[in-house]
Amino acid sequence: MKPLLQVFEVSKTFDAGGKPVRALDGVSFSVLAGECLAIVGESGSGKSTIANIVLGIYQPTSGALLFQDKELPDVRPLALKQAIQLVQQNPLSSLNPRRSVGASIRLALDVHDIGDRAGRKARVGELLEEVGLPADFAGRSPAALSGGQRQRVAIARALACRSELLVLDEPTSALDVLVQARVLKLLADIRRARRLTYIFITHDLAVVRNIADRVAVFEKGRLVEIAPTADLFANPSHPYTRRLISAVPVTSRREAELRDRLQEPLDADL
Amino acid sequence: MKRAVFILLRNPLSVLGLALVGLVVLAAVFADYVAPFPDHKGAVVDFLNFNKAPEWPYLFGTDLVGRDILSRILFAYRISLTLGVVVLALAVPVGVTVGLIAGYIGGRTEFVLMRVTDVFLSIPPLVLAMSMMGLLEPSLTNGMMAVTVMWWPWYARLVYNLTRSEREEGYVLAAEVIGASRLHVMFREILPNCVPSILTKMTIDFGFVILIASSLSFLGLGVQPPTPDLGSMVAEGAKYLPDSWWLTVFPGLAILVVVFGFNLIGDALREILGVEQ
Repeated sequence: MKPLLQVFEVSKTFDAGGKPVRALDGVSFSVLAGECLAIVGESGSGKSTIANIVLGIYQPTSGALLFQDKELPDVRPLALKQAIQLVQQNPLSSLNPRRSVGASIRLALDVHDIGDRAGRKARVGELLEEVGLPADFAGRSPAALSGGQRQRVAIARALACRSELLVLDEPTSALDVLVQARVLKLLADIRRARRLTYIFITHDLAVVRNIADRVAVFEKGRLVEIAPTADLFANPSHPYTRRLISAVPVTSRREAELRDRLQEPLDADL
Repeated sequence: MKRAVFILLRNPLSVLGLALVGLVVLAAVFADYVAPFPDHKGAVVDFLNFNKAPEWPYLFGTDLVGRDILSRILFAYRISLTLGVVVLALAVPVGVTVGLIAGYIGGRTEFVLMRVTDVFLSIPPLVLAMSMMGLLEPSLTNGMMAVTVMWWPWYARLVYNLTRSEREEGYVLAAEVIGASRLHVMFREILPNCVPSILTKMTIDFGFVILIASSLSFLGLGVQPPTPDLGSMVAEGAKYLPDSWWLTVFPGLAILVVVFGFNLIGDALREILGVEQ
């Protein structure tokens, strides 16, 4: 498989009240087209920093990013913003409380001039249906939706851009376990149907096992290990990875529960 | 909507506020029909009935040239309300835009805009308006201008603070990642979330704009005679206290009623819209 995104020796230093803090230290990896790469690590490991750099929210202090073999410029044109989209952790905050769900999704269509004006309303309905919500939810306010439904809307908004790479920043960690499983299943289905590439940021190893093709482990701003998911869990080579895996005692039970849920047919959490 | 009406009607003070403001607005709009002596709004002289204590048909007494004070109060309300609307219609959009830009764009833009705002805020409002009026000819239009100039910075400050906190919300990031323009993020994403606070402040301010404008005309810097104005009526009458008390007491009460009414409505609105203080 061809790499969709390549990250070369990326470092990021923040200025925290006069003294520089190194959030990322010479990180290199690539994301293959069509894969789901999980990025795991504790808070402060730099996993959110790399997500923000991929999205163009932060500029790397040094290093370079290549998207489809072309270097990503500091100021990204609309076409590049369209290609890389984000699903945030907390859908309560990521949807504007004063705008309808439909308006939030439609923004993406308007900004990127997708479809004609008349067709956009129908398109919003189709997107909502694609994420398992009724099309007439478009008129609702986010406050009238449950957590899982809100996250589905946020996913629909990201899909509206017709991006190739989705950065999923802990998309399920604000949801309860059952809803979490359904949203993960939805994300997996969408990836298959749309041939998308995911960067899935999480600290939940149970989730990683379910959805990721490969896992990148971050510790203190460094990439310490990157390997296919099965290999990593079977044979973690870095001591930090081993600690991370063994430090999740609850996982086994919760993981089993999650896996059971994923076997169930998809019934939307309505 | 139902909830709003419920909150409004549950609190007797909000009902009182609505009643006061409603009465004032109706009386001002229909002053020509309601006022006992509609022609007394102008330069009318009736020396047979001058300086009369309240008695029929002069419910609030007459002034020094024999004009009915109640009639003049009703016409003065008309001017006060117009002034309130005009001042807020000018000051709020300016202040809101400055606050949004400073709060969202940040950097040097923020520094310049907010320091200018601070300069205006650091001058006592009445002093600022008075010095402006000293340069300009006293008139209703210039009075409105002076009050507008002192009023917009409060909205700039309010919206700046709101924007600073809204900017951290996920929906702003989402719009930015999608590629929405700065204008869209400021006016379509952030602004709607500031509207409840702005509306509440506007309602309370409406009374205070009238109060400040009255203070200006009390000092002879606002509306000029013979046009009736609450502030200048109080000023004229003050020379004849306490004997001709009706010259000052009724226009003074008239100011109180309108400021108090708008404050009560503002408080109710704050509760309905869930605005934090």
